[in-house]
Amino acid sequence: MSIPSIAYPGPQSLGIGHIVEIFGKETKYEFLKLLRNRSFSLAVIAFPIMFYLLFGVTNRGANSSGIHMARYLLGGYACFGLVGAALFGIGVGLAGERAAGWLEVKRASPMPPAAYLFAKCMGAIVFGLIIVTALTVLAVTVGGVSLTAGELVKMFGISIVGSISFASMGFLLALLVPANAAPGIVNLIYLPMSFMSGLWMPIQYLPHWLQRIAPALPTYHLAQLMLHIFGYANQSSLASHWFGLAGFTMVMLGTSWLVFNRAQQNA
Amino acid sequence: MLATTLIRESETETDYSAKETQQAIATLTGVTKRYGATVALDGLNLALRPGEVVALLGPNGAGKSTAVRLLLGLIAPTSGIARVFGGDPQTPTTRLRVGAMLQVARIPETLRVREHLDLFRSYYPHPLPMAEIVRIAQLEGIEDRMFSALSGGQKQRVLFGLAMCGDPDLVFLDEPTVGMDIEARRGLWQQIRTLANRGKTVLLTTHYLEEADALAHRIIVINKGKIVSEGTPAEIKNASAGRKIRCRTRLTAELLDTLPGVVSVERSGEDVVVMSDRVEETVREMLRRDEMLSDLEIARPALEDAFLALTTKR
Repeated sequence: MSIPSIAYPGPQSLGIGHIVEIFGKETKYEFLKLLRNRSFSLAVIAFPIMFYLLFGVTNRGANSSGIHMARYLLGGYACFGLVGAALFGIGVGLAGERAAGWLEVKRASPMPPAAYLFAKCMGAIVFGLIIVTALTVLAVTVGGVSLTAGELVKMFGISIVGSISFASMGFLLALLVPANAAPGIVNLIYLPMSFMSGLWMPIQYLPHWLQRIAPALPTYHLAQLMLHIFGYANQSSLASHWFGLAGFTMVMLGTSWLVFNRAQQNA
Repeated sequence: MLATTLIRESETETDYSAKETQQAIATLTGVTKRYGATVALDGLNLALRPGEVVALLGPNGAGKSTAVRLLLGLIAPTSGIARVFGGDPQTPTTRLRVGAMLQVARIPETLRVREHLDLFRSYYPHPLPMAEIVRIAQLEGIEDRMFSALSGGQKQRVLFGLAMCGDPDLVFLDEPTVGMDIEARRGLWQQIRTLANRGKTVLLTTHYLEEADALAHRIIVINKGKIVSEGTPAEIKNASAGRKIRCRTRLTAELLDTLPGVVSVERSGEDVVVMSDRVEETVREMLRRDEMLSDLEIARPALEDAFLALTTKR
């Protein structure tokens, strides 16, 4: 069967406006999908809020060793919430779509792969901002916390940085973890890491050996960047935390790339 | 029923011979695909010509879905070449002209049918209008339902609708009617025929042999990654063990076995079933030897029998 294939003139390539439209729609529907998926949206938004009400707001008068609990935990649970949104939204969500064969349908379509990744990342960012906003409202209204406009803007900025950074970890988990085990595995990583990085209580209260391990955790560096806004960061330089978070993101993206390419070759 | 079948068959045969001279728009040339030690496809050659409906038939694990995934550029061949519209199937411009309905366990359930279609339409510079897709895929009345609220057949129709969004010239349908009731299945068949009439090319894999018989201009039977047989539905049927003769006779199985053309004999009481590849000679001889022979029936084996014969022979 040596029928020669002739070259067909393809349709003209997509214009910039069209590309923007695809990215926009992909993002819009990713967000709607996550929002309507109650087991996701309720959990990732309600847990940080519940914890903050239990441990932050009830301790609003507590002011030990120069730390105002409600203020510290606003930073801590903001990080806890946005990391959860990234790991569950992308790690669990993408693993499920991959296992169900949906990713393959998308790949067979002319969708630019970048649009899919962009939408997942934006989903994490938007949910991160929703959580940070909700916590801030609680902190200001019932937590007795006062924030300047500048501090608020910085919080949103760090929230976006954190979402992007942990989105990379979500991608890696989605590539490595079987879909049905994904929620469990994410929790096994996410919960201890949050505790050990001082997201649930001031890290100064943790045992010393735990405090020494903390700099190995990405959540620690994110928390320090967030807490620096409130003046609660440790003595170590701010730059070291930026490097820590950036390095972590690079390692996650690099490993994802390697894993993805190996999977492609074996496919 | 018989008459319509005959008319349709003669039509497809003329169509097919006309198409044979045209250039292929999608080809697999000497394609082998290995997964570790398993060989999914073994030196497969396949060519799809414009406007033809080709059915890829074979038992589970024969390599049908692998062939589709290669032509979609979802996987790369271990050796050999996959070409679609003269280019690499992975290129975005090729994908603009291809539609695919794959076997999917689940698609995002918290989006409405209309939203799924809206998103897929946005991938193409010149998509089909929404109303047109809804009509073709028979989604009227369920556009605003969440995907999770649909029945199995409705979900399949949404997947078909997604494949139609870009008004593709080449359509891959991997087991398209799984989970559909008879009415929905017939409806989709009608749409597949309409596609072919509009000059679209369709590659269909299916478990329903009736489906291949009803739709395809050409059937390719594959087993263990190799082509076992290829031809029109009529040719595939003829390629198997001839015709089936059923009657009541006093002739013994031993004697029947010696008659010209007889391939096999099965007897239960007075009834016998004789398979013959020269049916006229066999019957003439049987009637001559047994004047009391009664209840004579001669049938072409169903595609199902032909298919079984083809895939178990080797």
